[in-house]
Amino acid sequence: MEILCLGLSHRTAPIELRERFAIPESRQGELSLSLAAHPDLGESVVVSTCNRVEFYVASESSSRGFDALHRILSEQGLQADGDAFFRRSTEDVVRHLFRVVSGLESMVLGETEILGQVKKAYQAAQEARATSRLLNKLFQRAFNVAKEVRTRTAITRGSVSVGSAAVELAERIFGRLSGCNVMILGAGETSELTAGALQARGVKSIFVANRSHERAVSLAEKMGGKALRFDEWLNDFLDVDILIGSTAAPHHVLTRQQLEPVMEARRHRPLFCIDLAVPRDIDPGVNHLDGVYLYDIDSLQAIADQSMEVRRGELLKCEALIEKHVGDFTNWLATAGQPREGSGFRRPGDAPAHGV
Amino acid sequence: MERITLAISTLCFLAGFALSVHALRARARSSTPAVLWVTLAGFAFQTLWLSERGQQAGRCPLTTLFDVLVFLGWSVALLYLLAGATYRLSLLGVFSSPLVFLLQGVALLMPMPVLSRPMVHVNPWLELHAAVSVVAYGAFALAGIAGVTLLVQERQLKTRKLRSFFYHFPSIHELAAANRRLVYIGFVLLTVGLLAGISRGMAHLGLLRVVSLGVWLLYGFLCVTLGSKRISPQRAAWLTAGAFVVLLLTVWAVQIASNG
Repeated sequence: MEILCLGLSHRTAPIELRERFAIPESRQGELSLSLAAHPDLGESVVVSTCNRVEFYVASESSSRGFDALHRILSEQGLQADGDAFFRRSTEDVVRHLFRVVSGLESMVLGETEILGQVKKAYQAAQEARATSRLLNKLFQRAFNVAKEVRTRTAITRGSVSVGSAAVELAERIFGRLSGCNVMILGAGETSELTAGALQARGVKSIFVANRSHERAVSLAEKMGGKALRFDEWLNDFLDVDILIGSTAAPHHVLTRQQLEPVMEARRHRPLFCIDLAVPRDIDPGVNHLDGVYLYDIDSLQAIADQSMEVRRGELLKCEALIEKHVGDFTNWLATAGQPREGSGFRRPGDAPAHGV
Repeated sequence: MERITLAISTLCFLAGFALSVHALRARARSSTPAVLWVTLAGFAFQTLWLSERGQQAGRCPLTTLFDVLVFLGWSVALLYLLAGATYRLSLLGVFSSPLVFLLQGVALLMPMPVLSRPMVHVNPWLELHAAVSVVAYGAFALAGIAGVTLLVQERQLKTRKLRSFFYHFPSIHELAAANRRLVYIGFVLLTVGLLAGISRGMAHLGLLRVVSLGVWLLYGFLCVTLGSKRISPQRAAWLTAGAFVVLLLTVWAVQIASNG
């Protein structure tokens, strides 16, 4: 019995091709069942995310299995030919799936969202009764491997984007962010993304000040915050914990001289300044004030890069762990994993086989 | 035999430190049972040692620098065990074990003073004064640790050089709160101890009375300063760390003067 995988990913195909093949979540179970219903295929799981579309099937023969896959996909209007598509068989499929769910094949190395996406895809296939003994065992093992990789290595450690680095730093300063007020100076895209990441952690309120007041109002409405007139932002500054600067001003919008008396009036409550503007909005000298922590775009990017380095350094450790599990799984497949003589495939509509 | 009991306790705290560091590296979200058991074992051996020592002396075992160091370690361990799981796992908690290890390690390097015959008449108020004061000193020790941790955290944030352990540090806000609360707790305990001593017979102990009052005034000043929020958490951290160093030097000086 062979396990096969046909697919494309961000490594092999441009976004134009990936979006053509993307299968909506609502159709993944149905398509899995169509594949599993083919006489040359026994089980199937369809995984489709923004970075990959992969069809996992079980078949008695590799060539017949891939042929069947291509035929069914063609019938669905999906021509899965060309260099953008990869084909993998049994041991390589096991290794590939373990790497995918562990985040080693992701665009952002070590990201954890993929595990949830694959779990959903598997669940959809299972509910559609498109899976049985082999793929159940494979996917359940893959989820355990992903968990082990995450707990035993530092592959998910640190923040690898400017936004998440800012959130992590804010948490190291304030602990929980639920009591924090955020002020955005300059309604740019990066500041919106960063504020969005902070908002996702439950910050108390968001103030937006922009030279174009309409733009401030629009962003404030979008984020459920309050718009301020740009020339009045300093009046509301006393209660702010996190300041995000991203104006197009050619000079510093906030200077050390302006901030010094404000910090005294704040009774030394810490202030986290995130300066995303170039030229910079915030005087670097404010970092010398007690309780003020200033990070510009370069320093946030450096943190993200450092975390990525740590993750890259963990790759070998992850791969060694995965190899061990690939060996265990293929051993199982060679012995207990093969169907009993004459038992054939479980056909769609038969009772689901949840166990192994 | 006594020395062996204390040595076992000291090794337990060393093991507790190693296990805590391991738990942090594994990014455990709750205190591991092994750390708690090892600390409990260390605390039990400490208690056994202090109890034996107390029986020999016929009073609270706080008559020599050796005893004071062990008692101080005991109070730090007591606060560690009474505090919640969050504290135990944070670096603040991790630092408790090496502090106890250090205090007892220093004690073990000294010759253990032979106690004279048990005292027949013991003033329980004086005993209460001594015991509660040393527990207060334990709280001040932890406040000092919180202060140092805050300063290390602050430095990393300011210089933007974030080491891997940075992510395991409690936040600046939490450290500042812990620093403040521990000083308040210690001060309340110290006040209780001082009142017990002053009201019942401490009046004749000239040097000790002056030192106790001096420490009480020092931490009273700290309480007022921290409560007013007129200084930044960073300066408060320097003050609590510095105050604890002064406290240790004072304890040492009193012991030297008493023995001299």
